This record gives sequence, structure tokens and C-alpha cells, in this order.
Amino acid sequence: MHAALAADHPLVVQGMTVSYGERPAVFSVDAAVPSGSMAAIIGPNGAGKSTLLKAALGIVPPLSGTVTVFGRPLAEARSRIAYVPQRASVDWDFPARVIDVVLMGLYRELGLLRVVRRHHREKALACLERVGMADFAARQIGQLSGGQQQRVFLARALAQNADLYLLDEPFAGVDAATEKAIIDVLKSLKAERRTVVCVHHDLATVVDYFDHVLLINVRKIAEGPVATTFTAETLQATYGGRLATTHIDQLKLPTA
Amino acid sequence: MGAEFVQLSLTPLAIGVLAAIACALPGNFMILRRQALIGDAISHVALPGIVVAFLITGTIATWPMMIGAAGAAVVAVVLIEAIRRLGRVEPGAAMGVTFTSLFAAGVLLLEQSDTSSVHLDVEHALYGNLESLIWLSAEGWGSLLDREALADLPPELGRMAAVTLLIAVLTALFWRPLKLSTFDEGFAATLGIRTGLLSLALVMTAAVAAVAAFDAVGSIIVIAMFICPPAAARLMTNRLEVQVAWSLVFATLSAVLGYVLAGYGPLWLGGNDAVSAAGMIATVSGVILGLACLFAPHRSRIGAPREAEG
Repeated sequence: MHAALAADHPLVVQGMTVSYGERPAVFSVDAAVPSGSMAAIIGPNGAGKSTLLKAALGIVPPLSGTVTVFGRPLAEARSRIAYVPQRASVDWDFPARVIDVVLMGLYRELGLLRVVRRHHREKALACLERVGMADFAARQIGQLSGGQQQRVFLARALAQNADLYLLDEPFAGVDAATEKAIIDVLKSLKAERRTVVCVHHDLATVVDYFDHVLLINVRKIAEGPVATTFTAETLQATYGGRLATTHIDQLKLPTA
Repeated sequence: MGAEFVQLSLTPLAIGVLAAIACALPGNFMILRRQALIGDAISHVALPGIVVAFLITGTIATWPMMIGAAGAAVVAVVLIEAIRRLGRVEPGAAMGVTFTSLFAAGVLLLEQSDTSSVHLDVEHALYGNLESLIWLSAEGWGSLLDREALADLPPELGRMAAVTLLIAVLTALFWRPLKLSTFDEGFAATLGIRTGLLSLALVMTAAVAAVAAFDAVGSIIVIAMFICPPAAARLMTNRLEVQVAWSLVFATLSAVLGYVLAGYGPLWLGGNDAVSAAGMIATVSGVILGLACLFAPHRSRIGAPREAEG
């Protein structure tokens, strides 16, 4: 990868290998997400989609590989990244209100000891407003439905005011209204020239939602614009021929 | 409430309250991280640590004992992590195995070694000697201003106060990263928070609290205070800030009420002797938790995963 290419790509991953035990979960994956794109990471269960995302963020240590964010090493570019983890990865019984969770997105601004002032609260409330959750600011987070919890996580990421948004299965187990609300927010981010990367499992919505795909099954299968990369051939290669032809026919695939 | 109170009860009460607070503060985070048993483990392994320190140095001076207990706590934490990772078992099981076997080893070591001449026994390890931490040279409230009398305060008081202050300052300083990484470790890591280091620091802070409190009040109080006040406080509120405040109230209440009940309760009931203050403090904290389970406003686990919901 040339330095010039890395500099104008928000996220470049090179030679990423991650292992939780004997077998690698992600093996030697290269990826380059173009600026201003809506990118999906697609693959079957256990293909290492979330692991790749977590390794790119430095949450799980990779065996090898480098991550470049806007042309700089990850550690120097953290303030430009926002992350939405899987909803099920936290205990929603934690003693916090919705507003407390969104304020966590302002951590880099607040630091260790700065007091939360009114403009911080207003910023957090504005982010809740964007995901349609402003009325729930004082609710305990455990009282929310799954879709509402997902929106709160998205609001926290909005509060980070980042240039690169990384989301892990943002549409998993949410109702249609929440899915619509989330995709609207993500499209508004794209309209603001920000870059969005989602781990995604619903093949039926890929063409509607995204413009760039990375197909992986431990190794990288294909990467590129949805129009040319998201094809019956690459999907069969990714899912190991386990997709029924009828299923693929329903995907409104662009003709390759 | 005069001279006799200051001489016999003031310092044990103060030490009891400080020990309760020092343990309850980290206990809040450990309960939310599902690590509450670590406090239990640390306070149990202090016994073998202290016995080994005695066998090496031949004295029961404070510092060798504290260093021995702290060393044992580190060994226990490393062992727990090793068993959890290598054995692929859940943390609770790893802690249970570690602290019971190390405590048993401590008891065996104590029996086999010649400690009969010194005040070192299992009972002391469990209950401590809170009642004996009296302020002999005090003559009344005025002694609090008397430099000579103050110099004679039990050294446990100064140590416990310093440790409690240290833990309070650390908790306040690292409040935000602690809260963030306790709720959502992955997200915290993406912000550049060193979550692994923070997690280890929390356990180490708990170990310091446990060892300091163990020295003064025994392991029963330590175990109870790590768990009961924070657990009861969680049932009182849905905000972490308020929960920690409630846990301090409950810790203080347990220490004061427990000490008073141990000293006077049996007399009120017609008995002759006082009962163990440490045992009574731990019992009171358990009763408070029981009452909180029955009557506190937020006692249902509303955050439990709910199926078939969008």
C-alpha cells in the first residue's frame, strides 16, 4: 500500500491476523475503506467480521497486521473514530441513565476531571434528538427495548463527532422503525462526508444501504464497490456454496 | 459518652468505619464487573501470606505481615487468571479454587510451624482484634487535642485512615475511566483507555484495602464489606454516583451499628459477655442487604435480556 493511498483512505488494514486459540479467526486480511463511503463487512457466522473490526480498533490484539487511520497509526487518530459495539456486549442493568451513556461519548473532551457543563448536556441531548430518543434521556438504560438501546449506542457515537464510524451489527435484533431511524442517521453521516463501516449480516439490504463491501470468511474473499463486487460468485465463495440459488436470486444483485 | 467511650470505643469504631469504607468503595466496581469474589479471595490468601512472612522474619511486626499478605494477594490474582485462562473455567470457579486451597494451605502451615508463642492464629485472621484497638492514654474528648495522648493512638488507625484516603482519592481521580470501562470495556479501549491496566489496578487497590483492613479487623469484615454495602446500594438507585454514596452510608451504618450491638446487644438480652464486633458488623451488613432486597426501590433486574422484543 502506497503512503499516498493510505493518506486519503479513512481506514486501511494490512495483513491483519487474529487468533483466539489454535485456529486464526481472521487470517491476513487487507482492506482499504474509501473516503465518504458506506461500507459493509459481510460474511457467515464465525467468519471473523466482528473480530476484524475489534482488531482494527485495537480492542483485541492482532497476531500481526497494521492499521492506518487517515494515514496515521491508530493510536494517533483515535479522536477521529467512533465505535458502536454490539448491543449484547454490555450489561444493560448497569446503574446509568440514557444521558449518562451518551455523555460517555464526550470522554475525550471531558478527560479525567472536567465538570459536565450545560453545553455538554445540550450536545448529548442533541445527539439523542437525532436518533429520536430525546424523551428517554432520564430513563434507566435497562428499561429500554433492544432497538432503543441500539439507538442510545448510536447517539453516544454521534457525540464523539468523529470522521470514521465503525458499527458492529447495528441492525441485529431491532424492529423496522429502529432500522429505518438508524439507516437515516448513517446516511446523514455520509452526506456530511463522514465514512461509515458496518459489520452486517442481512444480505437483502446490502444493495440498498451500502456502496462498498468487504466479503470475508476468515480470509478476504473480495473487496470493492457494491455494484461490481457483491455478486453471486463472490457470495458463493464467501459462504462456501451454502447459499441456495433462490436466496441469491432474491438479492436484486447487480448483474456482473 | 465520656472518657470511657473515648478510651475504649472511639478508636475501634473509627477503624471499623474506615475499614468498611475502604472495602466498600472498590467493592462497587467489582460487583458491577462480576468480580465480587476477588475480595473474598484476597482476604483469605492473606493468611498464608502472613504465616510465610512470619516464618521468614520470625516476628509479627506489622510491615513484614503487610508485605506478606500483599505478596500473597498478587500470587492469588495471578493464579486466578492462570486457572481461568489455562483451565478455560469461569472466573468464579477459578477464584473459589484459588482462595480455598491457599487458605487451607495457610491453616496447615500455621499448625505445622511453631507459632504458639506469638499471637497468630486462624481465629485472629478471621475476626481480627477490633475490640483490643483501644486508646489507653485518652482521658476524654479533650485528648483529641492533646499531642501526647494522640501519639499513643493505635497505629492501625493511622494506617487505615491513610489507606482509606488513598482509595478515596484514586476512585475520584479515575472515576470516569473506571465507570466507562466497567460498563463497556471495548468502547473504553477505543477511546485510548488502558482497560487491562485499569482492571489490574482496581484489583490491586482492592488488595491494598483488604490487607490493611485484614490487619485491623480480620477477613470476615473485609469479605462482607466488599459485597454487602455495594450490593444493597445497587438496589437503592439506578445511578452509579448515587449507588456509591449509598454504599458508603451502608458501610458506615454497618460498622457503627455492628460495633454497638456487639458491645451492648448481649447485655440487653440478659447475657454477660459482648460478642465479636467483626462478626456483628458483618452480620449487620448482611441484614441491611436482606432488607434492601425486600424493600429497596430498584430491586428487580430490569436489564436482564428480554426475548422477542425489538
